[in-house]
Amino acid sequence: MGLDVQWALRWLALSAEAMAEHREELIELDRPIGDSDHGENMDRGFKAVMVKIAEAPPETAGAALKMTAMTLMSKVGGAAGPLYGTAFLRAATALGDADDIDAATLAAAFQAARDGIVARGKAESGDKTMVDAWTPAVDAAVAAAGNSDVHKVLAAAAEAAEAGAVSTDPMLARKGRASYLGERSIGHRDPGAVSTALILRAAVGAAG
Amino acid sequence: MTVKLVVVSHSEKIADGAVELAAQMAPDVLILAAGGTDDGRIGTSLERVMAALEQAGDANADGTVVLTDLGSAVMTAESAVEFLADPASVLLADAPLIEGLVAAAVAAQTGADAAAVKEAAEAVYRPPAAPAHPHGHLAAEATGDFELVNQAGMHARPAAKIAGGLSGMDAEVTINGADGASMTELMMLGAVKGTVLHVEASGPDAAKAVDYLRGLITGGFGEP
Repeated sequence: MGLDVQWALRWLALSAEAMAEHREELIELDRPIGDSDHGENMDRGFKAVMVKIAEAPPETAGAALKMTAMTLMSKVGGAAGPLYGTAFLRAATALGDADDIDAATLAAAFQAARDGIVARGKAESGDKTMVDAWTPAVDAAVAAAGNSDVHKVLAAAAEAAEAGAVSTDPMLARKGRASYLGERSIGHRDPGAVSTALILRAAVGAAG
Repeated sequence: MTVKLVVVSHSEKIADGAVELAAQMAPDVLILAAGGTDDGRIGTSLERVMAALEQAGDANADGTVVLTDLGSAVMTAESAVEFLADPASVLLADAPLIEGLVAAAVAAQTGADAAAVKEAAEAVYRPPAAPAHPHGHLAAEATGDFELVNQAGMHARPAAKIAGGLSGMDAEVTINGADGASMTELMMLGAVKGTVLHVEASGPDAAKAVDYLRGLITGGFGEP
């Protein structure tokens, strides 16, 4: 049994809950190396997504992710808006109108999301950005897709993203506002990598 | 009809102020501000950028050049262009916001096409040429020596007029060794009233370029 629109809606709702719950933590992470607005921006963006979904409930997972993309791009404000927006948009395109998403399609959607972020932000692995959570997550998802269990794909992606976020601690930032800090960015965890891990963990919870 | 400009900034005040500044030098150019978020905070908004791009697209078919400030403004602008019906009609200039916008506005005012307006904006970004001027291998096809007669000498507005006018011509021009297409290089000459400017031009429009500069410089750029 694959994933459907109900999973996507639960994923977005759990993501919104996670952003609200970790709002202060993300703000604190962003304070020394950014403009301390990541938590506030993500919380506001996902709250707006919830409003949109309530107004016009999408009928497919792809439609739900596309609605999320457009809303985040307009409401987040910071760099996370176009980056997560592009990610959700590319994932929505990869899903198409499928409503029984299998492991391979899910892994392909995560891959499309990551590729969109890389294309938009032009960051590479090791630059201390959300790419450092997304790339290991995609690698783990693709590796887990072989056994055709969507739950295993989701769990592998979330776990790898969490480890990826931790791996940004010693990195020197080479992209975004943090790169202006040079050496002083070392020792701080990238907030975008942390929010990525939270969102991918929410996807696990949504699958029950 | 001229190329339109859209300013994407994290700050509504910066976008509005930049538009106000550039409009002084380019009264006939449609320059639209897309600054801040939907609710007036610091950030960029896809909706605001798309609304400006659509308004610019509706004005005429001459193309639009976008100037941006920090990184995520570039990403929002790129995202907005992807959603447009005619993405090829919009060019993103990789230039410093204020200097690039002023150079772009002046180029647009003189009737340059979208590619030339983008180029005018990006030219201000390049480091000044080495003293041995970059076009040394080209023999000058037209030259002239003109004295600066306006009180203020070579400041921003004359430099913008020179660079903007030349951007629409097919000629390589140096003025006392500085690239005539670069507002920054011209301003860095620090030329005061009474300075004689030596102009060398090559290319199909060389003679036209020298005539254009004669008119501007000896006419004091229309200034006292």
